Amino acid sequence: MAEADSTSTVSNGVNVAALLAAREALTSAPQAAQFKWRAACQWKDGTHSHSTVESFYGLGQEQHHKRTFAFDADHPEIFASEDHGATPVEYVLVGLASCLTAGIAAVAQHRNIQLRSVKATIEGDMDIQGILGIDSDVRNGFGGIKVTYDIDADAKREDIEALVAQSQKRSAVYDIVTNPTNVTVVVS
Amino acid sequence: MIIGAGHAGLAMSRCLTERSIDHVVLERGEVAHSWRTERWDSLHLLTPNWQSRLPGFSYQGNDPDGYRALPQVIEFIASYAKTIAAPVRTHTRVTSVRATEAGYLVRTDQGDWRCRTLVLASGACNIATRPAFADGVPRAVAQLTGQQYRNPGQLADGGVMVVGASSSGTQIAHEIHRSGRPVVLSVGEHIRAPRLYRGKDLEWWMDAAGVLDERYDQVDDVNRARRVPSLQLAGTPDRSTLDLNALTAIGVKLVGRLAGITENGKAQFAGSLRNMCALSDLKMGRLLDLIDEWARANGLDEQTEPPQRLPPTRVEETPPLGMDLASGEIKTIIWATGYRPDYSWLEVPVLDRKGLLRHDGGVVAAPGLYLMGGVFLRRRKSTLIDGAGDDARDLSAHLASYLDGHLARLTA
Repeated sequence: MAEADSTSTVSNGVNVAALLAAREALTSAPQAAQFKWRAACQWKDGTHSHSTVESFYGLGQEQHHKRTFAFDADHPEIFASEDHGATPVEYVLVGLASCLTAGIAAVAQHRNIQLRSVKATIEGDMDIQGILGIDSDVRNGFGGIKVTYDIDADAKREDIEALVAQSQKRSAVYDIVTNPTNVTVVVS
Repeated sequence: MIIGAGHAGLAMSRCLTERSIDHVVLERGEVAHSWRTERWDSLHLLTPNWQSRLPGFSYQGNDPDGYRALPQVIEFIASYAKTIAAPVRTHTRVTSVRATEAGYLVRTDQGDWRCRTLVLASGACNIATRPAFADGVPRAVAQLTGQQYRNPGQLADGGVMVVGASSSGTQIAHEIHRSGRPVVLSVGEHIRAPRLYRGKDLEWWMDAAGVLDERYDQVDDVNRARRVPSLQLAGTPDRSTLDLNALTAIGVKLVGRLAGITENGKAQFAGSLRNMCALSDLKMGRLLDLIDEWARANGLDEQTEPPQRLPPTRVEETPPLGMDLASGEIKTIIWATGYRPDYSWLEVPVLDRKGLLRHDGGVVAAPGLYLMGGVFLRRRKSTLIDGAGDDARDLSAHLASYLDGHLARLTA
């Protein structure tokens, strides 16, 4: 990294030095690496809900975003809904694409690759016979997800492919969608 | 005092003898005990015969490019012990090691020893690791680790799931599938590698180009380097490449990393198989690029075959994400999910929170205590028999100067 920092002017807007310093610090203080991410969701009407994200826990204390972020979720009119927002499954796609894209920028910075443009399109296949309870052999979730990247950068094709592969390896949302997670839902 | 009479402990013994440092080598069984008792029958060394060079000893046979079968590995290490007249105490099991004012107290089932310096050469692969969820495997399915597996004849007829696709997993999957038991191979991170490249053994290239000499204090992140899985190599007479494509071609079914087992006995596979294979293909490409560059710079392009690349790893369109282990289709699971050293007898506070020894290139974080034979201990080749020599030379020099200082302090 020392070499990359001193000899290049690559800037993808990622503070890799800070990330590496954090990694170093958290290696010796694993307690501080324990985070909790949160969202609150309020039903509005029909399939429409309003969610907010404001606080989280990490580095041993409560943390706050600079402001509260709000998300409306609903279903489109073909589902007899009013389409006040993206569907929840589309939020999953947004989460996956934005996580992978952030990872690409960070890995590119670390590998001294200047990005000019990174665009992803993401598509999830779903057979809605699952959620409608028509066919019990069909799962509710995506049958598969395809992400297609279009990247313009100062690098060979293999290096760009390696960025995309490494980003998947380090991505939280990629892990969440490709591996099982225990989910506990209770009524308070 | 050296604990362990495998190649690493013996190489250190030889270096201490050269320095006239009085020592003994304690061995729980016979010389090369792990090779005698903890390996499968058909195992061949992954490195060619010529490459096992130990201080004062090397291959003298007429098949330098071949790969030793298990009996020859044992014989090779045993004859090294004899050749260097290593002071080995066999059948002496260490039960505890603790620090004393003057060094270490080593308790064994054959009595106690006191020493000023101590070299741990008891192996990097003492315990086969399994994921915690292995307990959820239905009882009708037999389970073996790579350490317990001997040959396909040990297994019930029927399907076998091999978990892990590094060198152990791929070799075991290959052998079992060819015995007529259909194999499902669960693939996580792995490193693909061609056995021969441009007409020469991959190990030859890595040795010649200096890849194996890369030092632990030169790599970006040594902890990560120590976690990199073993190269997917096999030592077969036809020197063929045993990668996932070769396994798919004989009918082995590839699935993603085993991520969990549900309460009703369903195995869950990660949906990351495609990326695991892409990462591995890219990593192999970078190694071969480096070799090509070195060959060009050193004028070897004329004498060797032209550069070539293997086709990408084939992954089916939608690999299965689950499998019912209670259905009877799978009779046996083999865990080839890695190994770790056993330090349960080491009562010196030198382990980190993950149970790994804290050390700087084999110089352990306790005075006069050394480690030999660890993965990427001082160099990439430290994992290999061939790496023990340089590590033993370095660490015996450190040990000698520590003893000199120690004596100076005592006489002052």
